[in-house]
Amino acid sequence: MAKYSKFAAVGLLLAFPLLVSSDYYRHIMILALMWVVIGSSWNLLAGYTGQISFGHAIFFGVGAYSAGLCTTKLGISAWWGMLIGGPMAMLFGFVLGAICFRLRGTYFNLATLALAEILRLVAKSWVSLTEGMMGILTIQTFRSKVPYYYLAFGIAALCVFAIWAIIRSKWGYYFVAIREDQDAAEHLGISAFRYKSISLLVSSFFTGVAGAFYMNYMGFIDPDVVFSLYYISIMAILVAIIGGAGMIWGPPVGAFIMVLLQELFRSAFFGYLPKWISEAHAMAFGILVIVVIRFMANGVVGDWVKLSGLFTRQKAPIPSVTSGN
Amino acid sequence: MHFFEVRRLTKAFGGLIAVNDLTFQVEEGEIYGLIGPNGSGKTTVFNLITGFYPITSGAVLFRGKQLNGIPTWKVCKEGVGRTFQIVKPLRRMTVLENVMTSAFCRTSNTHVARDKALEVLHFCEMDKKIDFPAKGLTIGDRKRMEIARALATAPKLLLLDETMAGLTPQEQYEGVELIKKIRKSGITIIIVEHIMHVIMNLCDRILCINYGQEIVKGSPSEVANNQAVIEAYLGKE
Ligand SMILES: Nc1ncnc2c1ncn2[C@@H]1O[C@H](COP(=O)(O)OP(=O)(O)OP(=O)(O)O)[C@@H](O)[C@H]1O
Ligand SMILES: [Mg+2]
Repeated sequence: MAKYSKFAAVGLLLAFPLLVSSDYYRHIMILALMWVVIGSSWNLLAGYTGQISFGHAIFFGVGAYSAGLCTTKLGISAWWGMLIGGPMAMLFGFVLGAICFRLRGTYFNLATLALAEILRLVAKSWVSLTEGMMGILTIQTFRSKVPYYYLAFGIAALCVFAIWAIIRSKWGYYFVAIREDQDAAEHLGISAFRYKSISLLVSSFFTGVAGAFYMNYMGFIDPDVVFSLYYISIMAILVAIIGGAGMIWGPPVGAFIMVLLQELFRSAFFGYLPKWISEAHAMAFGILVIVVIRFMANGVVGDWVKLSGLFTRQKAPIPSVTSGN
Repeated sequence: MHFFEVRRLTKAFGGLIAVNDLTFQVEEGEIYGLIGPNGSGKTTVFNLITGFYPITSGAVLFRGKQLNGIPTWKVCKEGVGRTFQIVKPLRRMTVLENVMTSAFCRTSNTHVARDKALEVLHFCEMDKKIDFPAKGLTIGDRKRMEIARALATAPKLLLLDETMAGLTPQEQYEGVELIKKIRKSGITIIIVEHIMHVIMNLCDRILCINYGQEIVKGSPSEVANNQAVIEAYLGKE
């Protein structure tokens, strides 16, 4: 994408709440910005470092509950969760990495899946701490969506910028080297264990912050939502893959596409299509993933030229996939 | 004290003894050849030196320090670089990025790493290839990039595993010149190679192994004329 189109996109995002006063559209944009954070975090770990997580709900849920418990257990504002949520999620990331990253193979992938489910069940049954299925309800600070919008925008911008800077640094080269060939990386002086852990820590931090934001914004969480395999863990993967994994601008683009699609299905295309359509969204996403992987393995961003070529009949050049994208 | 030393090195893969009681020393500035028929254990020796496989028994000493037991990435930091017989390019990176990655072994600064990588690529005469994606390189360029990548970690000892295999005669000639240049720059080299004129041309001393065991050690001419070596390669009459 051309440079100015990025600036234009950022400008448009900044002006959005001034241009659109509908709370409904603002709400969708806030969710999309939150998904920019989660998708980009997943992308750092999986797209760049090659460690695929099936359980990013771990970090999202831990962040959300950190914020919620601030109010219910500590009697302080849930906004403290914005500070505590990230580090708490990192703690879980640290332990997970320490156990799984010394081993090869699918241990990490499966462990993320298992831990997210375990945490969901724990949050459900440890009623004295979490209120169980009742969930945690807090009173939102602002009635207007505008402060939440700019907060979400700020977190998203910070997250994307941080990951952009990391990818250009030694860490970024090391992450990609591990993704490409862990044995070669070890022989080049790279401790795969250490750098996989670093990648996981950064990824879990931002996902935890997103979770804490969600608690503050929605004012309500329960285990089945924030530790959800489908709504969080798989959505994180979809956001990154649809947009383009291993590319800075992939997940941000994917976030807007996925949140919009989800909303279209949820509302049965704003009521224009029969209601049962909203039940079919899991299947539709499944089909979407198959189509994207089959025809646009680099996602919407990576295969933009190919995609626009469908309409302009231009031949796609060979994509250059370097760490710098 | 020897610059580099392997003492009674043994490696068993289950019942298979891939390296059997191997002892040799390499002195600073030397090019040391390690030869033997296919499957004789040469690559395994390299994998034991770099800690990629844990050793069964014996010791590896580098400048008086024991290398066995420390992880592979630390062996690299100690100053041992290597190339792979079956090349391992970081495929979705450019040549420059590949070499920069290894240059980060000695610095955390991107500009310093980049300069070091450019310097090494110039040394290896790969200036024109720096922006090529690694996955699109010819086998000759892949092998050369492996050497560049190893050099960018600033090694004192370089392990070369069949860097000439699959190259054209012209590329082999250039490869020999490159290795001579590397030695001149002060790096000690252990080289595994099947191509005899390369080995004979480059090495100061040679160790020939078969079934993981030493057959003979000596100068190139001594090894080339040794009856046991000829039998190991060609079989008994
Ligand atoms: N990881 C492993 N597990 C089991 N056996 C192995 C392993 N690596 C090597 N071997 C065996 O050890 C022996 C020595 O193999 P090695 O690759 O070291 O030989 P080589 O001298 O490098 O041969 P070549 O000239 O073909 O490269 C072979 O019999 C091989 O099958
Ligand atoms: Mg070999």
